[in-house]
Amino acid sequence: MRVFATLLRRDLAMLLPGGRRGQSLLPFLFFLAIAMLYPFAVGPDADLLRRTGGGVIWVAALLASILPLDRLVAPDIEQGVFDQLAIRGIADEAAIAIRVLAHWLSFAPLLMVAALPASVLLNLDGSTLSIVVLGLLAGTPGLAAIGVTIAALTAGLRGGTALAGLLLVPLATPILIFGAGSLARPDDGGILLAAAISLVALAIAPFAGGAAIRAARDS
Amino acid sequence: MHGFANPKRFLSLARWLTPLFMLSGLLLAAIALAWGLFAVPPDRLMGETVRIMFIHVPAAWLGMGGWTALAIASLVYLVWRHPLADIAARAVALPGLVFTVICLVTGSIWGRPTWGTWWVWDGRLTSMLVLAFLYLGYIALAQAVAREGASARIPAIFGLVGAVNIPIINRSVVWWNSLHQPPSITMGNSTIDSQFLVPLLLATAGFSLLMGGIVLARMRTVLADMQAEARFRRKVATSGGNHSHQASLQGTA
Repeated sequence: MRVFATLLRRDLAMLLPGGRRGQSLLPFLFFLAIAMLYPFAVGPDADLLRRTGGGVIWVAALLASILPLDRLVAPDIEQGVFDQLAIRGIADEAAIAIRVLAHWLSFAPLLMVAALPASVLLNLDGSTLSIVVLGLLAGTPGLAAIGVTIAALTAGLRGGTALAGLLLVPLATPILIFGAGSLARPDDGGILLAAAISLVALAIAPFAGGAAIRAARDS
Repeated sequence: MHGFANPKRFLSLARWLTPLFMLSGLLLAAIALAWGLFAVPPDRLMGETVRIMFIHVPAAWLGMGGWTALAIASLVYLVWRHPLADIAARAVALPGLVFTVICLVTGSIWGRPTWGTWWVWDGRLTSMLVLAFLYLGYIALAQAVAREGASARIPAIFGLVGAVNIPIINRSVVWWNSLHQPPSITMGNSTIDSQFLVPLLLATAGFSLLMGGIVLARMRTVLADMQAEARFRRKVATSGGNHSHQASLQGTA
């Protein structure tokens, strides 16, 4: 148990903003940039922004989650960190599960905070904002799990980031549909369904990611 | 299970199965399409545009069936390390994508006169679109893996993850679709008449055989490439310091 806590601390030190792999604030600046660009594109009509703003936040969150993918897993495979852990008897699956948790912690809370200034730019009211933040709370664990899985699959491939984006989009579509759909029909269980998909993704990610790391080790 | 792991046995079977599948598939598809185009009466509701169905519906089935085959081959490769399963999965991806795109394009062409628009965010259309993106992702990943010599298990893992996601994507799109669009546009609840059904099933059989032939041909191409590569390496290894010979081999490779 102690070793997992150490591992989590180390992963967080890497991934948190200002961590050794730095640039973690970039996804949030990118997220806010989309929220700023959207009104320029469709015009400053307050009513239109209020109706569509929640969906824009979701698309921005999904796009922002593509940015950190290339440094989630690849540097550790290059430096042999997973090999060292495997020698210590820590399964690749466990290392990936902790990586998912660390990625979520370094990514999702800040995103939910960034949703606040974004909601001002997009003219969202309080109740919409609370649904957006709740939806992000339900959906981002799944996004983190899919992101780490894809980062493990594309680690060691040149041009991995563009490829990771292409792989992430179809897999993340259900989370976007349920998360953003909960805005249009708050009573229809969209948030719960997003949470259910997150759980499925969380259950699959350690095994798919662990298998990907072993495949990278063998080649 | 490993009876056909020997590429020689597979190749000797595939050598005559490929043209058999191709020719019988072409023949059946041609008969079915001619039947659908000339012999079937226009539909009461959809008129002449119903004839697109004889391409559209088999393409949709084969687009979805393609990923099923890809996932099964990926599973066989991951679990049993069957050397041909990996080649089969990669060989299925491109024809699967082509049938998915044919389904989308013919659906769009059918939608223009029938629904009055090239594209609606209908549940089935949308999940086929997401499926096309899954195929594109798989093909890009498999190409990157092959180019850089990474493990062939990586695209196989993605094939399985995608297979888990397809029903989820399908259900989510249906849920989302009911949110935005009333089910006013449907194919009509009438059960399909036998004079449509027979050429439809014939076309499906024809296109399936065609797809099987294409997959076998693509697998044979990959195996032939591997054989040529191995022969080339052997020649380079045995020719030793003969540089002019190596250079000429590389020139032809």
